[in-house]
Amino acid sequence: MTGSGILAAIDFPGDGPSMTLAIDRNDPAIRAHADLYRREMMVKRWHTLIGAAIFIVCIVLSAIGAEVDPGKFAENAWRFPKYIVEIMPTLRPATFLADLKEWYWGLNGWLKLLWQTLLIAYVGTILGAIGGFLLCFTAAANLGGTGWLRWGTRRFLEFCRTVPDIVFALIFVIAFGLGPLPGVLAIAIHTMGAMGKLFSEVVENIDMKPVDGMTATGAGWWQMVRFAVVPQVLSNFASYALLRFEINVRGASIMGFVGAGGIGQDLIEAIRKFYFTDVSAILFLIILTVMLIDYGTERLRHALLSLEHRR
Amino acid sequence: MSLALSASERAELVARHQAAIDGSLKTRLITTGIVAAMIALFIYALTTFELDLWRIIHGFSNLGTFVVLMLPPDPGSFARAIVFVKALFETIAIAFLGTILAAIFAFPLGFLAAKNVVANRVVHFLARRSMDTVRGVDALIWALIWVNVVGLGPFAGMLAIMTSDVGAFGKLYSEAIEAADRKPVEGVTSVGGSKLHEIRFGLIPQVLPVIASQVLYFIESNTRSSTIIGIVGAGGIGLYLAETIRTLEWQQASFVILLVLAAVSVIDLLSNKLRFAIIGKRAV
Repeated sequence: MTGSGILAAIDFPGDGPSMTLAIDRNDPAIRAHADLYRREMMVKRWHTLIGAAIFIVCIVLSAIGAEVDPGKFAENAWRFPKYIVEIMPTLRPATFLADLKEWYWGLNGWLKLLWQTLLIAYVGTILGAIGGFLLCFTAAANLGGTGWLRWGTRRFLEFCRTVPDIVFALIFVIAFGLGPLPGVLAIAIHTMGAMGKLFSEVVENIDMKPVDGMTATGAGWWQMVRFAVVPQVLSNFASYALLRFEINVRGASIMGFVGAGGIGQDLIEAIRKFYFTDVSAILFLIILTVMLIDYGTERLRHALLSLEHRR
Repeated sequence: MSLALSASERAELVARHQAAIDGSLKTRLITTGIVAAMIALFIYALTTFELDLWRIIHGFSNLGTFVVLMLPPDPGSFARAIVFVKALFETIAIAFLGTILAAIFAFPLGFLAAKNVVANRVVHFLARRSMDTVRGVDALIWALIWVNVVGLGPFAGMLAIMTSDVGAFGKLYSEAIEAADRKPVEGVTSVGGSKLHEIRFGLIPQVLPVIASQVLYFIESNTRSSTIIGIVGAGGIGLYLAETIRTLEWQQASFVILLVLAAVSVIDLLSNKLRFAIIGKRAV
């Protein structure tokens, strides 16, 4: 409908005097098309306008809600570059090594905490992946199973991934005391929620023929999952778990903010107490680690996926 | 004729295809090795966490008590409920505004970092690396830094969400731009368009729907992150989340958590609807 309308509304100038395209704008049929096109465009334009108006109202409301104050920002904006400059160490070429040593005076302790951060992320990921793995088969819609069990599993997973991991950490710190244990548990629960969902989506996309085959030979539910489903999904699961590990390293680096272990506790102390150069030293360590993990997991995931394609 | 195999037939079959059943020795060794290494690392990690059984049992029994104390969720008083809802509104405002501002600021950055727009390798490299660095720092850390700059309050939170997302958006934009079709750009060039025309009429119509859907997705995920930045004093419901948990006001804590859950699922629903409206169901 609109297609023919567009044609009729386009003005063809033609490049020779004799060249007229066979569109007569006064032809009532074409005029009707043109009018229709114009009306439809009008409606579309109105929709855009209304959308824009709603958008602007949302922005204004948010600006009020977030106490946006351009004056205050303009007044204090210079503090941000100043802060960035302040946390940078003074590295003179003449005494470069000594300066570097002074900047990273606490390297041993920080490396230990960084290692603990990685271990928290690792153990949290493994525990979460195991939990997600166990729950994903009941959450998937294509493997039979009872309706209420599926509903219950899904809501449970949803709860686990919607509550931020640091909130779990806050509660666990009170229950278990300070240290890496609450951090691990918080990350494990959050990971279980996220991975259970992703895993169940992978399971829902499998080829159902092996499942039918297993069922036809008289296999039970467990045997069917073990021999027909798991071999199809394992490499995908591993790839998701690696991706999650990377996210969890970031998450574990801030667990220390609430006392749940890792490098975060030294970072928040440095920021709160204005140990300027320590802030940049720890931040660079974290960024470097995250980048390395990023790079490493990406390589591993590509290897896993190519393994999958070769099959 | 029976389909079932007799025991001797089965044994013969298994013997003939032993290799196929067992898989190659190499893969099995590698798999066993990887799994063993992972288990070893796991156990090593557990030993460094200073766990003892008593502490774990005690912790879980504490948790059980807390869960019982959390029920039923109760804000305490009506005035308190109003305070929580207001903080929730603040949280959503922080997420919304922070994402929108990040989306706007990242726009030029995305073009700078795209290989097919800026051919200069140095600019390209610098744009990419600086975005990676910004992205490597968590929003909660940015919140702490911004609190030092503009003081406590939601404004710092909004700036934190914005800063941490500029890097992510820039990267996504540049990828969308690099994946764009060359032909419309060439078309604009062929009718005599300038570089700016190329971007405006050749690239932007292609990348805008992708970008819009990404922005919506980020508003959704930022609602989650902005619920926690209040823990470090950067506005929103996080402050009450931390406060009620730390003062062991469990009923209020569970009320706040429920509020967060409800808000996140409403935003999820809305943004999904809008996303489908913008780019159609298939492309998601």
